[in-house]
Amino acid sequence: MQLHGASNQEGRFSMIVTRRTALAAGLAVPAIAQAQNDPIRIGEINSYTAQPAFLVPYRNAWTLAVDTINAQGGINGRPLATIFRDDAGKPEDAVRHAGELINNERVALISGAFLSNIGLALGDFANQNKKLFVASEALTDALVWSRGNRYTFRLRCSTYMQAAMLVEEAAKLPAKRWAVVAPNYEYGQSAVRWFKEMLTRAKPDVQFVAEQFPALGRIDAGATVQALAAANPEAIFNVTFGADLTNFVRQGNTRGLFERRAVVSMLTGEPEYLEPLGDEAPEGWIVTGYPVEQINNPTHNAFRDAYRAKYRELPKLGSVVAYDTVLAIAAMLRKVPSLETEAMVEAMRGLKFNGVFGQGESEFRAADHQSTMGAYVGRTVVRGGKGTMADWRFADGRAYLPSEDAARAMRPAG
Amino acid sequence: MLGNLAVQALSGLASAASLFLVAAGLTVIFGVTRIVNFAHGSFYMLGAYLGWTLATNLPRGHVPFWGGVVLAAVIVGLVGVVVELLLLRRIYKAPELFQLLATFGVVLVVQDAALWIWGPQDLLGPRAPGLRGAVYIFDSRFPLYDLVLIGIGIAVFLLLWLLFQRTRFGILVRAATADREMVGALGVNQRLLFTGVFFLGSALAGLAGALQVPRESVNLQMDLAIIAEAFVVVVVGGLGSLPGAALAALLLGQMQAFGILVFPQITLVLVFLVMAAVLVVRPYGLLGRAPAGHAASLHIVEPPIAPLSPRGRLVAAVALGLAMLAPLVLADYALVVMTEICVAILFAATLHFIMGPGGMASFGHAAYFGIGAYGAALLVKHLAAPMELSLLAAPFAAGIAGLAFGWFCVRLSGVYAAMLTMAFAQIAWSTAFQWVAFTGGDNGILGVWPPAWAVPKPVQAWGALVLCLGGAFLLRRMIFAPFGAALRAQRDSVLRAEAIGIDTMRTRWFAFAIAAAFAGLAGGLFAFTKGSVFPTYMNISRSTDGLLMVLLGGVQTVTGPIIGAIAYTGLHEQLLRLTDLWRAVLGAIIIALVLFFPRGLAGLGAKQ
Repeated sequence: MQLHGASNQEGRFSMIVTRRTALAAGLAVPAIAQAQNDPIRIGEINSYTAQPAFLVPYRNAWTLAVDTINAQGGINGRPLATIFRDDAGKPEDAVRHAGELINNERVALISGAFLSNIGLALGDFANQNKKLFVASEALTDALVWSRGNRYTFRLRCSTYMQAAMLVEEAAKLPAKRWAVVAPNYEYGQSAVRWFKEMLTRAKPDVQFVAEQFPALGRIDAGATVQALAAANPEAIFNVTFGADLTNFVRQGNTRGLFERRAVVSMLTGEPEYLEPLGDEAPEGWIVTGYPVEQINNPTHNAFRDAYRAKYRELPKLGSVVAYDTVLAIAAMLRKVPSLETEAMVEAMRGLKFNGVFGQGESEFRAADHQSTMGAYVGRTVVRGGKGTMADWRFADGRAYLPSEDAARAMRPAG
Repeated sequence: MLGNLAVQALSGLASAASLFLVAAGLTVIFGVTRIVNFAHGSFYMLGAYLGWTLATNLPRGHVPFWGGVVLAAVIVGLVGVVVELLLLRRIYKAPELFQLLATFGVVLVVQDAALWIWGPQDLLGPRAPGLRGAVYIFDSRFPLYDLVLIGIGIAVFLLLWLLFQRTRFGILVRAATADREMVGALGVNQRLLFTGVFFLGSALAGLAGALQVPRESVNLQMDLAIIAEAFVVVVVGGLGSLPGAALAALLLGQMQAFGILVFPQITLVLVFLVMAAVLVVRPYGLLGRAPAGHAASLHIVEPPIAPLSPRGRLVAAVALGLAMLAPLVLADYALVVMTEICVAILFAATLHFIMGPGGMASFGHAAYFGIGAYGAALLVKHLAAPMELSLLAAPFAAGIAGLAFGWFCVRLSGVYAAMLTMAFAQIAWSTAFQWVAFTGGDNGILGVWPPAWAVPKPVQAWGALVLCLGGAFLLRRMIFAPFGAALRAQRDSVLRAEAIGIDTMRTRWFAFAIAAAFAGLAGGLFAFTKGSVFPTYMNISRSTDGLLMVLLGGVQTVTGPIIGAIAYTGLHEQLLRLTDLWRAVLGAIIIALVLFFPRGLAGLGAKQ
């Protein structure tokens, strides 16, 4: 993939456009040729006002990706256009927007969903209305397994995959007595369930001595930390994130909860959650995340430079998710002869695309519509007054998914 | 072991101290002005953000740090004064709870303002100078700052107590809390008193917010996270009672701290269970007193409602006719919005039924909407019931819940009753949210789609028109029927109504259940038009949406909720699509409407 500013490329891409136009006209790609200059419309529904910390960088990168693709001549000459809709964190509003985008705005497909329940609501809506839905972030396993359906695909590596990546590391630790802390909703409960199940399978002699399930966004950090310390575990599995994580870490540091204890933590290496902690970021936690400033490969460098040039800050993980979603959609659109939903669904199944992590091809598995996009696993450290990741490696999502046959068996709807 | 218990108790005290600071401001404001101030959480959030800004920009050191905390509190106090002077002062004469609408507008505006000023990221402020560390208690560590926070909580309590016992201002505040009219009659300058109280209450919220900076991250969800708990503390303690707030904060702080040791899964619902239990046993809170004298009826006796004039009937008939024809011509999405408006109309009409003619406020009406939706969806999910049967079950499920919850709620009055409805709604919500095996948790119940004949949008729109407007019409008939007359009679005077043989309690109870059943029907319909059911169907924000519709339209007229539902749903839908700043715009519109139409939208027409 290429990333470059539009301004100095003007001469070149106008030429590309002309050539593509000629090509399209000559090779008879009927539907697309017919609506030659009409943009291909994508309906993007997300909780922009309810989850701004993740979704402002997300939307920035989305705009950047679409602009870049359009500057390169769009999809076979047709530009991409995005219609953004804010669901305010409510599934019912998301479903209404989906109806409006399809009926009034005539979008070719729906994308988005940060929250799991909104992902599921939109997936079910897509199935009912036979429209393509590409979920970008929503982590719940149900989206592609127990409630998976023909019309729903998901980019981000799921709760199961992230838990599997961390279990691999956790099993190497000598710790036998574990405590868990997780926000009390589906994501937290699933993460804990998978972690326990997989860790017990890998090390049958581990025991779980304490569980805390604070309400999402309402952690009583002091009491939670104290309750965990009272059980005197050797290691802790943490699933809290955002404000809960910040408060948990601050109280935990002051009360010495993390001293001489291993901590394994979901998502904590993501800049969204690590940055607000500043120099109080915990050290030595084993986390999944995104060491944005350290990754060094041409694809990621180009992405990072373009993002920084436009928005004057480093991209966050939300930016990667948005950019990759656009790239995957674009790759799919390049393969289809028309914007007919069934054709797009067939193109999505087994679709290969190159994400901005620059770690090679990812694939939307045909069996369960889950992409094999990976994540980075490493340790947290504090450098120059800021939290970041060290000793990280890229974990390819492919290695942390059940086999396609096993996944197919988990999808009642096929 | 002993150390752990001691530290857990101290952790509870630290939470109690910060809860008390927020609740103290809220209870003082309510006691004097009778305003249910939803914006109190926003003041708390503003205090935290200002505290963060001052703490990060001022030089390090004891004086700048604590000076910054005090400065943040004073600034927030002044913001409170501005809100009181420009907004609330103009609408004290408006009907009960109308001011709530205005404060809700403030909440929306502050949310977008904070996002605009401080950005979307969570902010972590510096720790208090010299208080980074911890002290050892037996073998456990306890943060030094939390210890200081407990001290500050006690100090503020003592200072407030002195203020209320020893100064003229304090005596006036207590007098106004006991009997506002009498204080006015004695020639006390009420305007000055109200402004002063607002400054004090807002500054306390700001102080509580600024004091959280060294403990917690500052974020945009703080306002709504604290407001429900602050209300619980105020109500459990007794509205307007400062010692009550302190006692309730202590109780809830310890409940939280030890609750998570015993029931780590139900922290969400624990506070509401406590509130429900306290209100059932002590209807006016732990240290609250039944309001004396005139204050007992917060209601202004309302003018009797008249049936529609012939012209009104004509307008209504024409509007209904046009609505019935609309599905023939409108596009699919317009019909989706129309269906949603119909559901909103029925929902608002049911809330109005208990608020207007019934004279009981409800902060938890979404419970019945949600229980209806879940009742229908659960039948579909577990028994594969057809839509027709499930829709029939929705009002029954909600009606039974209404009978059960209502039995407790109708025994209380005013804001206490409203808070008890909220407690039940939160209990229902947490059940839906956390009983994953049965309700699907926050991932909800999917696949609640109508059968093939009801899939076309015109059919759905007609169905919604017939059922929702039919339901609203039935409720209207009931208001004019003898039952409705009895309902209105007990609202205007319980004593006189009892004297002529009306069983006021039972009248209120049945009205509550009827409203719940119709709200359940609205919820069931909503489930089938959306295809899925989620706990958000019964969360606080849906309850407040209902309140906004009723208050916007006007409580006193029967047409009010219908107009309010159309205006609010339409506005919300348009704004959500038009602008990212929809909260600020919606908030500003609500504030403007409150200022210019203090009797609601429908009141505008009725007045002339």
